[in-house]
Amino acid sequence: MSTATATSPVRAVTRSRLFWPAVVLVVLLLANLAFTPDFFALHLRGGHLYGSLIDILHFGAPLILVSLGMTLVIATGGIDLSVGSTVAISGALACLHISESTDPGSLATVLTALGIALGTALVLGAVNGLLVAKAGVQPIIATLILMVAGRGVAQLITDGQIITVTSDPYKMIGGGYWLTMPFAILLSALVVLATVLLTRSTALGLLLESVGGNPVASRLVGIRAMRLVALVYVFSALCAALAGLMVSSNVSAADGNNAGLWIELDAILAVVLGGTSLNGGRFSIGGTVLGALIIQTLSTTVYTIGIPPETTLVFKAFVVIVVCLIQSPVFRAKFAARGARTRRTTRSHTAAPTNREVGA
Amino acid sequence: MRQQPVLEVRGIRKEFPGVVALDGVDFRLFPGEVHALMGENGAGKSTLIKVLTGVYQSDGGEVVLAGERVRIAGPLQAQQAGISTVYQEVNLCPNLSVAENIFIGREPRRFGLVDWAAMRRRAAELVRELDLDVDVSAPLNSYSIAVQQLVAIVRAVDVSAKVLILDEPTSSLDRDEVRQLFAVMRRLRDQGVAILFVSHFLDQIYEICDRMTVLRNGRLEGEYLTSELNQVELVSRMIGAELAGLHQLGGGKRRERTAPTGKAFLQADRLTRRGAVEPYDLDIRPGEVIGLAGLLGSGRTEAARLLFGADQSDGGTLRIEGAVTALRSPRDAIAHGIAFCSENRKTEGLVGELTVRENIVLALQASRGWMRPLPRAAQDAYALRWIRALDIRPNNPEALVRNLSGGNQQKVLLARWLITDPKLLILDEPTRGIDVGAKAEIQKLVANLAEDGMAVLFISAELEEVLRLSHRIGVLRDHRMVAQLDNDGELTPERVMATIASGADQ
Repeated sequence: MSTATATSPVRAVTRSRLFWPAVVLVVLLLANLAFTPDFFALHLRGGHLYGSLIDILHFGAPLILVSLGMTLVIATGGIDLSVGSTVAISGALACLHISESTDPGSLATVLTALGIALGTALVLGAVNGLLVAKAGVQPIIATLILMVAGRGVAQLITDGQIITVTSDPYKMIGGGYWLTMPFAILLSALVVLATVLLTRSTALGLLLESVGGNPVASRLVGIRAMRLVALVYVFSALCAALAGLMVSSNVSAADGNNAGLWIELDAILAVVLGGTSLNGGRFSIGGTVLGALIIQTLSTTVYTIGIPPETTLVFKAFVVIVVCLIQSPVFRAKFAARGARTRRTTRSHTAAPTNREVGA
Repeated sequence: MRQQPVLEVRGIRKEFPGVVALDGVDFRLFPGEVHALMGENGAGKSTLIKVLTGVYQSDGGEVVLAGERVRIAGPLQAQQAGISTVYQEVNLCPNLSVAENIFIGREPRRFGLVDWAAMRRRAAELVRELDLDVDVSAPLNSYSIAVQQLVAIVRAVDVSAKVLILDEPTSSLDRDEVRQLFAVMRRLRDQGVAILFVSHFLDQIYEICDRMTVLRNGRLEGEYLTSELNQVELVSRMIGAELAGLHQLGGGKRRERTAPTGKAFLQADRLTRRGAVEPYDLDIRPGEVIGLAGLLGSGRTEAARLLFGADQSDGGTLRIEGAVTALRSPRDAIAHGIAFCSENRKTEGLVGELTVRENIVLALQASRGWMRPLPRAAQDAYALRWIRALDIRPNNPEALVRNLSGGNQQKVLLARWLITDPKLLILDEPTRGIDVGAKAEIQKLVANLAEDGMAVLFISAELEEVLRLSHRIGVLRDHRMVAQLDNDGELTPERVMATIASGADQ
């Protein structure tokens, strides 16, 4: 973005970090159009918007939230494997509280449930953060602990059962509508926007990128890296908890076994697809959102095209490989060089057929 | 001795987006010679080396190796063709043994398995041939950088022995180590190896090199016999500028200044850290430049790190502006107005993937905290002002620091600390590995800052430089501050040297 030297507007666009993720998303959406002619159609029914695009945003909202937290963690050079478990725990705690309350439909009950879920996430995130920042445990190990143990905790909370709840205010979070749009879309958009503002209109983004890019130099420059790193894990846990509330609210049930299962992998993938390096440093929230939408679109595509369920994962893997290749500068350079050579050969055939260097 | 060059480069060209790094450069290297590649930072030395070693692909021109036109497609091909390189930063595996490092990727085998005994035996032979006292079964990181570098050379020569490229090998070596390296180089030269040597130390160039090629702004300036071109002429060819003031630069003429008297900004009293530096005393007044001299590894950096809170002292007291202060972190030190430019620009200084502007404002931003961001306009103003003041090239504040040459990176690091307006500036080897022009600029800057009342702690392996700038010189030896010498105009490099050597002021 900022590296573009403003030679031409087209070049500036193609060199933007968001260009390739955006291209991939558009291509995927267009591919769907070929199979489902009314894929882009939006209907207003009973004051609610319906359509495939809305579905993608709606079902993609939890993944966007989880990926958002993951982006900042990865920017510091870390990784958070525990988000899936946090999704499950948060949903389980909220549903347990609502189901045991005498008045599940009251706003106060739901707000308390949210408080319990988010408060617990805060603690879980702080544990991750302290393990990584203070105790110096490798992030992948530190968060693996909660990834494994947390799943068990979620099952203990739900007692191995699926807790169902009937509560209109709770249903609103993941399944409700507001201003014709699913509330989940608005909520995730709000959190994304707030995160962009938080990181880019303060110095937080720069400091995080510095810590991820060179931790030693960051310490010598006086950045309180420990605090920043710990905070980022707390933020990630809060995002995951919010996603967990959305998931359980949408189905009005908490499933300790399956809620948020493997979402950490999708989230990491979304971050990488969005152009943030796993080595830490530069991050792009816009890229992450695009990455999450690519993954969600892919899942939708699998259903609409009618790919047999047993080959779904293979199909997904194939698309992901292609996307990663397209984004790899090395691959692109090779591809471009080959393209240029072919062009040059064609030209030299007409102009100077004796030029031998071209063929070499 | 008109023989065939072993390596010849004709009209080589290399472009990067927006820059022509090499523009039709010719270059010849004969067997059995030590050849210097000279030029300022950004003149194209590194690019030429990277083309020769296959890291970059040239955009034009040809490379002829032993009479044959070759296309060097990658580092491996370069190695197979007989071109080996040892870089400034040693590219070996520090946690493997010396022997493993020498033979990694080409281990002697027996029955398909690595023959460890043969490996150790042959490594020991190679090491002995070059008169090195090294236990080949010890891990590489148990040796100094100098020895690691020699191990890298042993490996390079053993892999392929036609052309050896040494890129700034001496920048982190002390005098004895340089002597050892030169002995090895002479022996290899006599065996017929062609050595390409890059160094910023002119004296070393004149000591070891037979011929030199000078580059300027990506173009060939000329090829000379070392005996036909004196140092002043060489420098003028490198920078291509008028020579006014340059004689003085080489002459070691030092400013006569009286040391400031007044209350010390910082006083260290028996300050120590076990295993790093023995208890030492040091007073630094505003406007005073204190030099730290001593061999590499003598504890210069360690002593300075205690004053910045980069390491914690475990004994003694530190007073800042009269008050006893414990620095628990660099952040504490920065809050007291202390700045520290590390000698390791890449690993401890800059964040490579951030821009010049972001790197420059980083320290100031960190001390303001994330809640109070510097407005973008202020960031741009700081960046542009210091890019201009220090002549940082390219002059684009949005360039990634990673892509800058060493000297320009050093200037970015300086700019970062200068905008924090420190009361004490600690400079650890600020001129190492950068060209004469930038070196002179930085020295002048230090002198001016001190005149304006900044206290400076100046650490350098170059005694002339320390003498030229400092009011007082602390001499370290074996992690102990053995003397503090007043630079009263009669102090000579020889006396400092003698102090370093004997461990006492004589």
